[in-house]
Order: sequence, then structure tokens, then C-alpha cells
Amino acid sequence: MEIIQQIMNGISVGSIYALIALGYTMVYGIIKLINFAHGDVFMLGAFIGFYAITIFQMNFFVALIFSMAITAVIGVLIERIAYKRLRNATRIAALITAIGVSLLIEYGFIFIRGAQPEAYPDVFGRQSVSLFGATIDIKALLILSVSVVLMLLLQFIVHKTKTGKAMRAVSHDTEAAKLMGINVDNTISATFAIGSALAGAAGVIFGLYYTKIDPLMGVIPGLKAFVAAVLGGIGIIPGAMVGGLILGLVETFVSAIGLSLWRDAAAFVILIVILIFRPSGIFGKNSREKV
Amino acid sequence: MKKHSRAFWPLLIAALVFYAVVQGLILSGMIGNYEINNLIFISINIILAVSLHLVIGVTGQFSIGHAGFMAVGAYLSAIVTMKLELPFIVAILVGGLVAALAGLIVGIPSLRLRGDYLAIATLGFAEIIRIIFLNIDYVGGAAGMQVGKMTNWTYTFFFMLITILVIVNFTRSRHGIAAISIREDEIASDAMGINTTYYKVVAFVIGSFFAGVAGALFAHNFYIVLPSQFGFLKSVDILILVVLGGLGSLSGAVISAIFLTLVSTFLQNYPETRMIIYSLVLIIVMLYRPQGLMGTKEITDYFRGWTSKGGKGNGKDTTT
Repeated sequence: MEIIQQIMNGISVGSIYALIALGYTMVYGIIKLINFAHGDVFMLGAFIGFYAITIFQMNFFVALIFSMAITAVIGVLIERIAYKRLRNATRIAALITAIGVSLLIEYGFIFIRGAQPEAYPDVFGRQSVSLFGATIDIKALLILSVSVVLMLLLQFIVHKTKTGKAMRAVSHDTEAAKLMGINVDNTISATFAIGSALAGAAGVIFGLYYTKIDPLMGVIPGLKAFVAAVLGGIGIIPGAMVGGLILGLVETFVSAIGLSLWRDAAAFVILIVILIFRPSGIFGKNSREKV
Repeated sequence: MKKHSRAFWPLLIAALVFYAVVQGLILSGMIGNYEINNLIFISINIILAVSLHLVIGVTGQFSIGHAGFMAVGAYLSAIVTMKLELPFIVAILVGGLVAALAGLIVGIPSLRLRGDYLAIATLGFAEIIRIIFLNIDYVGGAAGMQVGKMTNWTYTFFFMLITILVIVNFTRSRHGIAAISIREDEIASDAMGINTTYYKVVAFVIGSFFAGVAGALFAHNFYIVLPSQFGFLKSVDILILVVLGGLGSLSGAVISAIFLTLVSTFLQNYPETRMIIYSLVLIIVMLYRPQGLMGTKEITDYFRGWTSKGGKGNGKDTTT
């Protein structure tokens, strides 16, 4: 059952994109900034997980949580140091800064440890299970279950907690939220922390699945996750999940029909088609820009 | 609005004298290949910086896919010289024209988008262009395409001069003023009856044309063209020239192109350090001086105060 296997691969890749896309979409929803450095937080997450497993001999799940905690702190630091001053700056200034932060993380990290790739420890080996007649790698199932758990957790945080309510309020109208006594700075920091933690988790499971990580690995998945966020409607949390899954499936099928060299182009073609015909994404509502 | 600033003729003559002096030094063998190469690099970077300045600085459209148009120019010119064996000058023009055509195809749909969406769309287009060249066996795919070294100081200098003259004249023309009004406030200029899409596309096509020319010169300065030479990092390299010089200052773009090319020549053995410095420059300039070092001022604005002896104060442009 080749097709089920391909779908399963597509869903695993897609759920990694979805986890990264959630961070993009949350940050964009709240401060209207494309956080270019998000893909690099994902890269840092992968390396933190790698060092946690190899040097500190942590269990995989402990390493996952450890990596999420550290990347959450990194996300907040990036926001406080680089983006906070730019709240009222032009969109172009904010975007250029984000590109700068992204390059600084990539090349600063290369400067510290060199550009050589690392082989991820093979925690689960090559076990597989058979499902509806198809053999499915256990790692693909693991990726899927970790992603589902994290997404459910995120839904819970956004809809049931006070922080989540504040996040929704700030993204709806920052000024009004401020007048209602919401601490906007802390809410933005919380958004960065949650988004970065999800990217960190995505980094660890990416390492597990692809077994090779390097300091520039965040660039392409970062861009594709952004495409996923735009596809679903940027600023909309379920949109990012659906967008990520669609993108993963499309990519897997483009590879499966023998066009693997065009796989990266597929994401950008989707991006451009969406931007031209439905810039607000699948789930977005069209809104006119206010003067 | 005067057609030319007072400094136009003196600057043009100074540029030609500079060309003649350098050409004399090259012919007499007083400066070597290393210096000539640096001059060529500087000139190519000036073409790139000034052409992107037209899109970002003058028209206010944030494009981060300039390397894509450069790739079109590089590959098309390489096909003209290597496969069709036509003269280099034809190759440069073909490279520029096809890049302009690519600019038109990319520009018409994507310039309907604003701000960061446009940025992402141009980035996406540049990546698609790069992946297309990566997948065409006719131009060598990932292994690249052999080209002859044909770029020399005369070609790069005169194309640099033409680029600057065209873009200065465009900026000072009615079209340029319309473009600047779009940069200042797109919705207001639309409401004033300016066909914003038309002017944005025109500026984008001219910018792409010169990016293609620079790509042709760039390709023929090495012995090989590779898709990996035109990735996102190349676009960032060009972007930083415009950002550092000032978003809206042509002379700022020229000065930062000269300065940063020299800096990166010194740092060419330390690529990580170079990228760290570049990224810090981007961040620090944006945090403390978001309009770029020179803002929208031109270098001639600084000298005007000295030469006009306190006469009629025409130091301010009437464009904003």
C-alpha cells in the first residue's frame, strides 16, 4: 500500500511544518511581524535536543521538553532585545531586523561550533508497525503523536487560560487590550515563548526523522512553514496546522511522482498562487486596509 | 523641478576622468589584476545597489528577490555568449532585457501585494527562478555552466554609469515623483489619481533590467555560473547595501556599495565573520536609524550649503 505510506510521510513532514508555522502565525497575529529568525530557533531547538541526548544522556522525551524550555527563553530574549524597540517602527524596518537576527543566529552559531553537520542519535531504531497493510516507520507515528499532543495543548492554552485570552485580545486590538488592563509586553513575550517552544519541539523531532542536522537547516523549513502559515491564513491557529499538513502532503506527492528536485519550488508556487488569489489564506476573511 | 542638479556635469566629468585615469593605469600595467577585480566588483555592486534602490528606496516596494533577476541576466547572457557565440555586449543587453521581462511577469501579480507580503512573494519568485535553473540540463543544472571571462573595467564602468544616469533621470522625472509619492503614502497617492500599479511595475522592471545587466557582468567575471550563487543570501547582500546607504538615497547606495565591497574583500577568508558583521549592521542600523545612514539625503545635499554662498535656499528637494 504505497499510497498510505506516502500519505503517512506527508503527514509527518507536514506536522513538523505545522509546528513551526504555529509560531509564525501567532507572532504575526500579535505584532504583525514575519519573524524570520523563527526557522533558526527551530535549528537551535534541534541542536539543544541533540546535545541533551548525546552529552547529557537524557531520555528522548526529557530532551524534547528541555529543548522546548530553552528555545522558549531564546524566543523571549530575541523579542526583548531586537523586536521590542520596533513596535512602532515601519514594517520594512521590522522585517529587515528580523532578517538580520536570523543571519546573526545562523552565522554566530557557525562561528561558535563550525558548520559541520551532526548525525542525530537513533533513539528508536528502525522499528515499524503495519497499518492497513502498509508498513509505517515508528518515528513517523511518534512525530504525529507529539505534534497532536502539542497542538491540543496549544488549543487549550489559547482558549482556556488567562494568557490565551490576553493573547487573543492583544491580537484583535492592541490599544483596546491595553486600556482593559492587559499587560501587552508580557502577552507578547508569552506568545514568543510558546511559539519558540513549538519550534524547538519541531527541531528535535525533525532531527529524529531526518537524522542529520546542521546550522543552516532552519532556512528552508522556516520558509516553508511560513508558506504553510500564509496558506492557512496568517494569524489563524487552526489555519497553520491545516496549511502545514497540506504543504507536507503536496511535497511528498511531488517527490513521489519523480520531481523531487522541484519539491522546494512547489511550496513557493503554492505561496504565490495563494498570495495572488486569496491573500488572506484558506481560513481568512478578506479585510480592507484601513486608512 | 530642474532637469539636473547643479552638480550633474561636474560629477559626470569627474566620473569620466576617473575612468580614464584607471584605464590608463591598467594599460600601463601599474595596477594589477587584484585591484582591477576589486574595481569590477565595486562597479557591479553599485549597479545592483542602485537598481534595488529604485525599487525599495524610491518606490517603497520591499523586494527581497533581487538575486533572482540577477540569475536570469547571468544565465541568459551566458547562453548568448557560450551557446550562440554572439558578442558580449549583445549578451549583456539580452540578459538585461530578459530580466526586465521576468520583472514584468513577477511584478504585475505580486505588486498588488503590500509590505511584507510583497517581500515574501519576491523571495518566493527568486527561489523559483533559482530552482528552475537548477533543473535545466541545458545550462548545467547544479554543476553550473562554463563561461569565458569577458567582463572588464570598461564594460562594468560604462554600464554602472548608464545605470546611475538612467535611475537619476527616472527619479527626477514625473514618473519618479509619482513613485516617491507611492513610497510616502500609497493610499493617498492612489486617491490623488496616480496609477500606483503602473508606476510600481515600471520601477520594478527598470530595477530588474539593471539587475540582469549586473548578473551578466557578474557571470562573465568568473569562469562558471552556478545556481547557488543567486540564493537568498545574495539578495540579502544587495539589500544591505541599500539599507546601510539609506532607504531613498542613491548616493548612499553607491557609497555603501563601495564601502561594503571593500570590507567584504578584506573579510573574504572569514565568511562567517563577514555575515555576523552584516547581520549586526542590519540590526543596529534598523534599531537606531531605521531610515538608513543617509536617509533620503543625497551626498550633493551636503555640499550645496557650501557652494551656494547663502544665496537662494534651494537645498531642499520639493519631493516630499
